[in-house]
Formats: sequence, structure tokens, C-alpha cells
Amino acid sequence: MSDAVRCTGRDIRKEFDRRSVFRGVSFAVERGETLLVTGRNGSGKSTLVKIICGVLSPTAGGVTLEVNGATSPDARLHAGLVAPYLQMFEEFSPLENLQIASGLRGMPFDRSRAAGLLERVGLAARLHDPVRTFSSGMKQRVKYAFALLHEPRLLVLDEPTANLDDEGIAVARGIMAEQRRRGALVVATNDPGDVETFERSVDLNAAG
Amino acid sequence: MPPGKPRPGSLLRSVRTVFLKDWRSELRTRYAVSALLMFVITTIAIILFSLGSESASADALSGMLWVVIFFASMSGLSRTFVMEEERGTTLTLQLAAPPAAVFFGKLLFNLVLVTGINAVTVLLYALFINGFVIRTMSIFVVTVVLGSIALAAASTVIAAIIARANTKGTLYPVLSFPIMLPLLLSVIEATRKASEGAFFAEAGGEFQLLISYIVVVVVSSSMLFEYIWKD
Repeated sequence: MSDAVRCTGRDIRKEFDRRSVFRGVSFAVERGETLLVTGRNGSGKSTLVKIICGVLSPTAGGVTLEVNGATSPDARLHAGLVAPYLQMFEEFSPLENLQIASGLRGMPFDRSRAAGLLERVGLAARLHDPVRTFSSGMKQRVKYAFALLHEPRLLVLDEPTANLDDEGIAVARGIMAEQRRRGALVVATNDPGDVETFERSVDLNAAG
Repeated sequence: MPPGKPRPGSLLRSVRTVFLKDWRSELRTRYAVSALLMFVITTIAIILFSLGSESASADALSGMLWVVIFFASMSGLSRTFVMEEERGTTLTLQLAAPPAAVFFGKLLFNLVLVTGINAVTVLLYALFINGFVIRTMSIFVVTVVLGSIALAAASTVIAAIIARANTKGTLYPVLSFPIMLPLLLSVIEATRKASEGAFFAEAGGEFQLLISYIVVVVVSSSMLFEYIWKD
């Protein structure tokens, strides 16, 4: 995939119950680049991540996602999210979760691609076990497969190595490197070790 | 067509997936069905013990049938959205599915659930409640079918609203009652006519009201749902 992609945030402000989380946040990230979002606990990293993915409306300002020069009306179509607060459907197996993800997005289910993704994140031996029987690290791996299934132009990672062991961290780094080649990457973290290189950054401590 | 782009028929596929996800989840957990059945059995048993060998009027029995159905629906139908909120999968659905697909998928699931539960309720009610006789079956069948659709439609959108509130349990029946009042009055009246042996045409007014109610609730809910769902 070699589509051009550009995600732009302009003067974003978010308030909850009149309490300002951040204001004046602007950024741009395009194919081949990583946007690093940092800030102390409660500075609004996860809130900004949800706004970028199109599942939370900002109080003011906005985010636009352009694919091949055309603005997408729905960021959801092109974004993939991995985050600790994102939950899988735990009564289903990882393979069933990917089947559900595929169907929810209106895509036909490609079983071999789904199995390949789960193998890549190290879950080949547990394809048919319910996710509720998984450890938190294994659930994090399922989230990577879930986010990558539709080949997102924009991959958004909130605390990308949370709960992962060394092998899982290596897998996550491989996915980040690959995403930079085929699209754009947004990483929200407080751990400097999560991101090896980044081109753009937003510090939410300065936007409170 | 590149991945990520909406495909023709993709909304229908999304609706089907939401419905099947909930259906399979229910088959595995039996959460809503168990709650609904226990409520129906307990309530009918209480009515049975209260009445004893007495026989209540057709008015009262019609009203009691729909009281059982209304509160059974209240105890089970909200689960579709509350469960997603409690399990933290609301965000997962928001990310992957268009809002319209979530609404119509959940509506379809609630419709199947409420139709099944209403069939069991009516069967148990007819078997055990002394004096409950249906003389015009056509009126009764149409009433139960339209009443089930209307209940599912109203409770789906109310469930979506209350799933975001902190007081989920108490808010649901409180919010539902004024919204469902026209529906309840119509189905109780139509059931009374069915038990009194009225002609089918005599229940025409109730059926028109029920159909109008369904159309208004489904159309307005589908338009409002995106705003309820997103934030």
C-alpha cells in the first residue's frame, strides 16, 4: 500500500463539564512519520487519541484526515487504535474477534489474513480460545491484530507496550516500523523507550 | 477497492455482524434471557398467588399481562448497551462500526429477544391465569407482534441513552414509562378488545397508533443515535 496520508489537528480544545483538559493543540503527521504525544497523567493523552480516531468530538477545533489528497468524512474508516482501555469481546476467541471486526467494518472476512496477523503477534497456538482466558499481555496482542486487520492508514497507539513482555515489545516495534513505511503513526506515551524515532511531537503539559 | 473504503452493502453486513455478535454472546452467556425468564416466571407466580381462585375482569387481566411484559422488557432489553458499557467494548464498537449499524443491529437483537420472551409470557399467562381468555385471536396476535416491535424500538434507544448514565438501573424504567405510555395504553386496550371478542376492525385505531408509534420511534431514534453514541 502506498497511499498518501496526512492527519492534521487544528487548535483543538477539549472540556469535560466545563473543566478544560487541553487547549490550542495543533499538529500534523503524514506517511512515513511518527507523532509523539506526551504529557503527565491526566493531561489528556487518551482524550486526544480518541479525538484523532474520530470517536470523541472536540469542544473546539478539529482533526482532518486526508487520504490521497481527499479529506475522509470518517476517520474511523482509516484509523486503527491500540490502547489499554480498548477491550475485546472476551467471550469470543481472537479469530472470532477479528471476524467481528471485519464484519463491523463491512468487510468480507479473510480468515487466512486474520490467522496470519494473530500468528504475527504470537497467538497462533490460541486462535480458538476465549479471550477472557488470556493474560493482559496476550489481550494487548489481540488488540494489535484487531487494529491492523483493515490495514489502517493511521495507526494510533496509546501506551503501546503496556502489559507486553520483551517478545511482545519486539513485535510492537516491528509493527510500528512497518506502519511508518505504509502510513502514519501516532504514539501517546510517557515511556521514552516506546518510540525509537519520531518526527513530530505534541506536549500536552504545555496545553493545559 | 482499497481497504478502509465503504463497500456497497457494507452497512447491511455491519448490522448483521452486530446482531450475530449479540446473539452468539447471548447463547454463550444467557444473561438477558435468564434475567427475562426469571422475571416473567416470578411475576406470573405472584399474580397467580394474589388472585387465588378469584377471577379478575378482562380490563385488569389485559393490563396485568402488559405490566409483566413491560417490566420484563425493562429488566432485559437494556442489557444490549449496558453490557457493552460495563465490559468496556463501547469504544471497540465505536471504532469499527458505523452508528447506524450499531443501532439497527441492537434493535434487531432486542426484537428477537422481546418476541421470544413475549411468546413465553403469553403462553404462561394463558395457561396459569384464571379467566384470561382470548376470543378474537387475530387482534391479539397483531397486538403482540406490533407491541413487541414497538417495545424493542423504544427500549433500544432508551438503553443507548441510559448506558451512558451513572444510575443505569433506576433510570431505565423511569425514562421508559412516559415514552412508552402511548404504546402501553394502545396494547392494553387492544388486548381487552381481543379478550371481549370484538371484531378485528374495532381495534383498527389501536393498530394505527402502534404502527405510527413504531415509525416515529425508529426514524427519530436512527437520526438521534449518532449523537447519543458518539460522546
